[in-house]
Amino acid sequence: MSKVDREPIFSAKNLKLFTAPLGKDNPITVQVLGICSALAVTVKLKPAIVMALSVTIVVAVSNVVIAAMRKYIPDRIRIIVQLVVIATMVILVDQFLKAYAFDVSKQLSVFVGLIITNCILMGRLEAFAMANKPWPSFIDGLGNGAGYGIILIVVAFFRELLGSGTLFGYPVMEKLGIYTIGYQNNGMMILPPMALIGVGLIIWFQRSRNKSLIEKK
Amino acid sequence: MEHLFNIFIKSIFIDNMIFAFFLGMCSFLAVSKTVKTSIGLGVAVVFVLLITTPVNFLVEHYVLKKGALAWMGESYADIDLSFLTFMVFIAVIAAIVQLVEMVIEKFSPSLYNSLGIFLPLIAVNCAILGAALFMQEREYQTLAEATVFGVGSGIGWMLAIVSIAAIREKLRYSNVPDPLKGLGITFILTGLMAIAFMGFMGIKL
Repeated sequence: MSKVDREPIFSAKNLKLFTAPLGKDNPITVQVLGICSALAVTVKLKPAIVMALSVTIVVAVSNVVIAAMRKYIPDRIRIIVQLVVIATMVILVDQFLKAYAFDVSKQLSVFVGLIITNCILMGRLEAFAMANKPWPSFIDGLGNGAGYGIILIVVAFFRELLGSGTLFGYPVMEKLGIYTIGYQNNGMMILPPMALIGVGLIIWFQRSRNKSLIEKK
Repeated sequence: MEHLFNIFIKSIFIDNMIFAFFLGMCSFLAVSKTVKTSIGLGVAVVFVLLITTPVNFLVEHYVLKKGALAWMGESYADIDLSFLTFMVFIAVIAAIVQLVEMVIEKFSPSLYNSLGIFLPLIAVNCAILGAALFMQEREYQTLAEATVFGVGSGIGWMLAIVSIAAIREKLRYSNVPDPLKGLGITFILTGLMAIAFMGFMGIKL
């Protein structure tokens, strides 16, 4: 039986594949992947979470598909093959959102389609799935999707709370009675520039906690 | 004519690809270290957008849209292929980028040498697919509108990357806090630039 050299499903190595992208190997703040579609969807929490879930699903599944056929893909046309796999997944996600969450789908507008050119996908497929078995690739996809999602959710949390005074549309600030003491919503937070500055601040925070990430120049 | 000019100005300044929609950020962050390379990439993006946006417009109007296949005969008139949009657009873009690369290599080796390394990168640049999808979503009616929109977005993208590269070159001489160096300060800079660009939002066209 080939039972001997089979590693357990949740071995330490596989767990590390999942946890590394959450922190010190985060796709957005460290690998600089997938920023394109990340920032525009962070005005409100709900679209941000839907976007994070969609990206996670697409990364994980296309990682598995590519990893399963990695030995049969000719090297020269691998980019096209990867794009086709990703595009198929994105079409499925898009049709699903249109059917079951139409309002969110409208808010995300072109950004669902832009998951195709999201660098996280190409980056992970090239760097990981082309050289690893399906199961580790699946974990890697989940981890990177989650790492991407965390940044999205943190940015969206602050933008929605400070910009509109709500969370998931629930008027938190009003219920807490903060307006009565003269607080006002910061309209700046809803505008696009604050997403960029927000991510900049997250990077600053993360790198001052973890000195090994500081870029040397 | 005036209408086309409006689309042009709007796509460069008000709906700037980078400052308003964050499209093409990946290559933007990676390449904007020196002015020279960013001009190269900028020109390549304008060039590819100039070709892909009208082609995608034609594909959408004669193949994908509901009823677009009517030119093939009565029985095709009610076919709706719009769910294939993403896959067709990205295939068109990848094919055209490859084609452009081969044509340039054949006819202008000097241009190829300066653009060459950037062209393959462009196939997966979100700005290109983004322009195609925005073109579809905003329902531009004529080929001219789509072309002008494509070129305008390209120029807007180029403007953004060249200006940020210029700032980053100067930034090398300033004293940035260690954790902010490189990526962090670029984000904040881009944010500040985006605030400046919001000044154009007041223009009514």
